[in-house]
Amino acid sequence: MPEGQIVGLAGESGCGKTTLGNALALIANPPLYVIGGTMEIDGEVIDMTTLAKDSNHVHRPYRGATVSLLPQGAMNAISPTLKIKDLVHDVMAAHDKSVTKAEAMDRATDRLKMLSMPVRVLDSYAHQLSGGMKQRMVTVISTLLDPKLLIADEPTSALDVSSQKQLIEMLLAMVDMKIMRGVIFITHDLPVLSMVTDRLAIMYAGKIVENGRTEDLVHNARHPYTSALLSAVLDPTLETRTKHVLGIPGSPPNLGNPPTGCRFHPRCAFAMAECGTKEPPVLLEGNHEVACWWAEKNPDTTVPMEVTLA
Amino acid sequence: MTDTKADTPATGTGLVPVLSATHVTKQFKVAGGHITAVDDVSVDFHAGKVLAVVGESGSGKSTLARMLLRLMPVTSGTISYMGKDVTNIKGGELRSYWRDVQAVFQDPFSSFNQFFTVGATLKRRMAAKQGDETLDELIERCLSYVGLKPGDAISKYPHQLSGGQRQRVMIARALMMNPKVLLADEATSMLDASLRVSALNVLQDLRSRLGLTVLFITHDIGQACYLADEVVVMENGLVVERGTTDAVIFDPQNAYTKRLLADVPDLKGSLKKRP
Repeated sequence: MPEGQIVGLAGESGCGKTTLGNALALIANPPLYVIGGTMEIDGEVIDMTTLAKDSNHVHRPYRGATVSLLPQGAMNAISPTLKIKDLVHDVMAAHDKSVTKAEAMDRATDRLKMLSMPVRVLDSYAHQLSGGMKQRMVTVISTLLDPKLLIADEPTSALDVSSQKQLIEMLLAMVDMKIMRGVIFITHDLPVLSMVTDRLAIMYAGKIVENGRTEDLVHNARHPYTSALLSAVLDPTLETRTKHVLGIPGSPPNLGNPPTGCRFHPRCAFAMAECGTKEPPVLLEGNHEVACWWAEKNPDTTVPMEVTLA
Repeated sequence: MTDTKADTPATGTGLVPVLSATHVTKQFKVAGGHITAVDDVSVDFHAGKVLAVVGESGSGKSTLARMLLRLMPVTSGTISYMGKDVTNIKGGELRSYWRDVQAVFQDPFSSFNQFFTVGATLKRRMAAKQGDETLDELIERCLSYVGLKPGDAISKYPHQLSGGQRQRVMIARALMMNPKVLLADEATSMLDASLRVSALNVLQDLRSRLGLTVLFITHDIGQACYLADEVVVMENGLVVERGTTDAVIFDPQNAYTKRLLADVPDLKGSLKKRP
């Protein structure tokens, strides 16, 4: 997770994007357990398993101040009976009991001014705000404590295109102002990701199958799954008018009993004999990581798109 | 392509539109007055065409669909089906209208009863037989239209299906009534990109194979671009632009349409500019 960058995490529903986000934000609650792995933040190494066993070990300052999670559907988390400014105070007081309402207000006002958003919003109730504004407000509130890392889980999915654009512009401005030092942006919407992210990781069935610079992934996909996802993107362009996208056949596997070898092989158009038996090798090509047998056999080749032109 | 406000091209052939709304207005009472959700909208649906209605949240797309479905009364204006006024029909006439005009809604997760298998869900739908076909044959035929294997799907419970499969079952359910018109209200918005494409392909296929007329409501211009023959753009209850898909998307005349198109993130065009 490089300093000052936005990393995207993409994949189909049920591939584990949100679960990974939750584990990183240290809110893995039963029945979800972290069974292994460590996390290093600013030189401080955290063993994820001890955290999972002993939830008291995760002190509150950690959540929200070091890693802040903006969960899915966060805009519905604003209490209908509280004004936005009360929520701001609640969030800040949870971390530092001595914070007064006036201090919380000052901080929120400053932050809103910085982002050139209307300050009067603080005096509103949730029902007085539009969906896009609510989503931008929870984003601002979740970063009031200047977290090192913000994990944004599907922040734009419920919004229409215009509100999406406003939220994205705000996030980019926040990163530029160094309010937070990095963002993990989780969504299945690739066009949105191509707009905000510097790096992109594609997840399939609980594993990261490709990881690299967004530009490289979009123009030069090396994993068949990435290519299939990209071909399913419908941009309003002349190409979309004439192409016929096949989509990915079949459905995502049951993770209780994942396929052997490469987890994508039953649905992959380029599957070979070894794909079904052996785990694919992880190839590192410069800055670009890909876990695929096809990619090993065909170096420096972009996966051809499965699209027929009508 | 200069006159995009002109009537849709197919009207020129003198065909009676399958379904049409003429000067339809809907007002809702709110404290201190009323709001006009749909304002003097006229739209025609021609047989075997896909018409997309696009617009932001709150532009009146769904209200228009509900009025066309006769689920909501109109404040003024008329809705006609096959040249016949259906704005105020009741009883048996309304039930037969509901048979011909079917709908698929947004949420494939809440439209199922969790305790019934797909087969049972589809059987409950049909009290009456149609022609010589038995109910089982009809179910099989409709499931195969939407690309599901009947033998597989019939015994499954909703939780065993993916979102895309559920939405396809909902389309099959609508098709069992042998409808003339299918209204899809954000039917693919909740699906992942790859599943969305397969649901859109089903609709495209049905249009060309069964000559189904489809009203496709969406806020995603990319989907409209992939599927639709004609596009209507709505803003605050008003139709601001209409025409063939090519005309509206590639040569928009209205400022709102232009802004809407500019806001759509484009996979390759909007790659983040790096210093």
